[in-house]
Amino acid sequence: MATDTVKSAAPEAASRTNLVRDSLRRRHFNERLFRALGLLAICVALGFVTLLFADVFRKGIPAFTQTNLHVAVTFDPEVIDVGPAPTSDQFTSEAEYNAASLKWQRDLALLNWNTIVEQALRAAAPAGTEIDARALLSIPETNARHVLREMYVKDPSLLGQTVEVDLLGSANTDNWVKGNIDRTLGDAQQQLSAEARALIDTFEADGTISTGFAWAIFTNVDSRSAPASAGLLGAFVGTLWMMLIVVVLAVPIGVAAAIYLEEFAPKSRITDLIEVNINNLAAVPSIVFGLLGAAVFINWFHLPISAPLVGGLVLTLMTLPTIIIATRGALMGVSPALRQAALGMGASKTQMVFHHVLPVTFPSILTATILGIAHALGETAPLLLIGMKAFVASVPATPLDQATALPVQIYLWQGNENRNFFEPRTAAAIMVLLAVMIFLNGAAIYLRSRLEKRA
Amino acid sequence: MDVLAGKVKVTQKTLDQTMNPAELMDHPIRLTARDVTVHYGAKQALHGISIDIPDRAVTAFIGPSGCGKSTFLRCINRMNDTIEGAKVGGRIELDGQDIYDPKLDVVELRARIGMVFQKPNPFPKSIYDNVAYGPRIHGLARNKADLDEIVVSSLRKAGLFEEVKDRLSEPGTGLSGGQQQRLCIARAIAVGPEVILMDEPCSALDPIATAIIEELIDELRENYTIVIVTHSMQQAARVSQKTAFFHLGNLIEQGDTEDIFTNPVNKQTQDYIMGRIG
Repeated sequence: MATDTVKSAAPEAASRTNLVRDSLRRRHFNERLFRALGLLAICVALGFVTLLFADVFRKGIPAFTQTNLHVAVTFDPEVIDVGPAPTSDQFTSEAEYNAASLKWQRDLALLNWNTIVEQALRAAAPAGTEIDARALLSIPETNARHVLREMYVKDPSLLGQTVEVDLLGSANTDNWVKGNIDRTLGDAQQQLSAEARALIDTFEADGTISTGFAWAIFTNVDSRSAPASAGLLGAFVGTLWMMLIVVVLAVPIGVAAAIYLEEFAPKSRITDLIEVNINNLAAVPSIVFGLLGAAVFINWFHLPISAPLVGGLVLTLMTLPTIIIATRGALMGVSPALRQAALGMGASKTQMVFHHVLPVTFPSILTATILGIAHALGETAPLLLIGMKAFVASVPATPLDQATALPVQIYLWQGNENRNFFEPRTAAAIMVLLAVMIFLNGAAIYLRSRLEKRA
Repeated sequence: MDVLAGKVKVTQKTLDQTMNPAELMDHPIRLTARDVTVHYGAKQALHGISIDIPDRAVTAFIGPSGCGKSTFLRCINRMNDTIEGAKVGGRIELDGQDIYDPKLDVVELRARIGMVFQKPNPFPKSIYDNVAYGPRIHGLARNKADLDEIVVSSLRKAGLFEEVKDRLSEPGTGLSGGQQQRLCIARAIAVGPEVILMDEPCSALDPIATAIIEELIDELRENYTIVIVTHSMQQAARVSQKTAFFHLGNLIEQGDTEDIFTNPVNKQTQDYIMGRIG
């Protein structure tokens, strides 16, 4: 009996080994297939990201340099004939002085400063150049006259003097210099006249025109009449205001709601319902939040249109579910052993949560929060519905002022008709937005690793 | 028969070092439980447990897995309150006071009845903060010097001070398993409890760490009433003076440890001690 089993066991074992080997071959094949598919998926994803970045960078980097005109400007007393600036000692009262000062400035504004711009350019052009004033004035950006007037208002002693000034080249000049426009196109299709183009080439050759870093992008607000001076400052500050409101509102409310729901709320129908609805809210298209914002904050609460306050509130509503869900997930992941240890020591529930549970989940909550904010930072759709896509040429000083936001500014520039100039500048704006996002994500990663090391 | 003889020998050897049963009779009763039942939802986990737990002695709860010994232990400091759907019936008194009295503050109760868990669970904080946590939340230390003293003396009582005195600011989670468990004991002692509940405190430890903890338990019983749940009969025999045997949610037999191990009255107790069930 015993020997029988031993005899029959040997071939049985051999056939079993073969069976295992067969199935192993299948398993190995599946494993390799899965790995290859995974690798392929990652390569495709990375490829697209690289393509996107490469495209944005290729287009955007040239926009960080800009054409400047270096000319000698004479503040001609014949043109500037409004008399000297009033001084305070000429007047008995402050009010009279202010009124006179305002009148002087208004008179200055009514002068034709373009004459001075024109004179400066003619002086810079080689002798014998024939060009009409219109063509000549298309070379510098149209804000040149404001720049000169502001210089004079700040320093009236410039009257009659000649000073070297850097003026921005117009968007069309910039296009021509950078080769963004096809030089072989006929006169009818060129934005600049033949004389102007020739003069630009001369200026470029003699160094009157040079390219420098485009500070305008960072120091100026948006502009339509002077596209070359259009910058992101207004949008950037608008975004900062909104993010401030999101951080101040969404983070405490979201984290507090998550803590209450996860740790304190009795498990009941109502809490289940709330949970389901929070999950649903996270999936609501963001433009719907914009509609809600328009209906509630603007129509009902009468908050101002285009204000970062309203934008911040809308983005807060949009970010809340993300923060609540992520925080609850983090709280759920805390080991029951830690909770029991705290309760076993006689800690109250609140003490357990605040002394033990929150500190260990803090890094996750922080990461979730920063990612939520980064998401809000890039959000455009809801802002369009509350009027933040309006053209705003000022820096919002308070969250109640009109403003726009970085992603909306990108949207606005993308739609600008001067494609040759604004396509690179849009890409540059995208790069700035990406830089802010990468900074936020980097901060999340850094803070997380630091806090985890400490814990 | 050989197995049984071996066990009895171990038991007697250990008991020789501890007090004799007559001495145990002198210990007043600290905790009394009458007809304690626990339901987890529809499932009844404990069927009417009645037991007296003597002061300044070690009482061991033994029994096979799922017999309800840990459940009953958690009734004593109301840790079952934290479990969703758990319902406790009957009466448990600490010094004649009903611990399920709605007027009694459960936080105060847990300051009087400390607990050490199965898996060492130090807080992810420094060794010092682990021990100082209880005194801090209960306001036991008037100043930093007081707190330092409590921390040092608790670590000493737990036999851990010499090993960690140079690294009190390092995280408690960096200690070895046995050290972590002693840290948890120090943490429990720091509040100055009257009763210490231990839920299988050595089940996650190696034999050497286990021996150290058992020695510690033996020392601690001078000052504390200790209730220990264990599934190791040898451990129960080594450290306890009184033993209660649980099976399927019932308290089958209780008595002096020596009696239970040498002369069990109940057939089920006999079977368990001889290794036939469990």
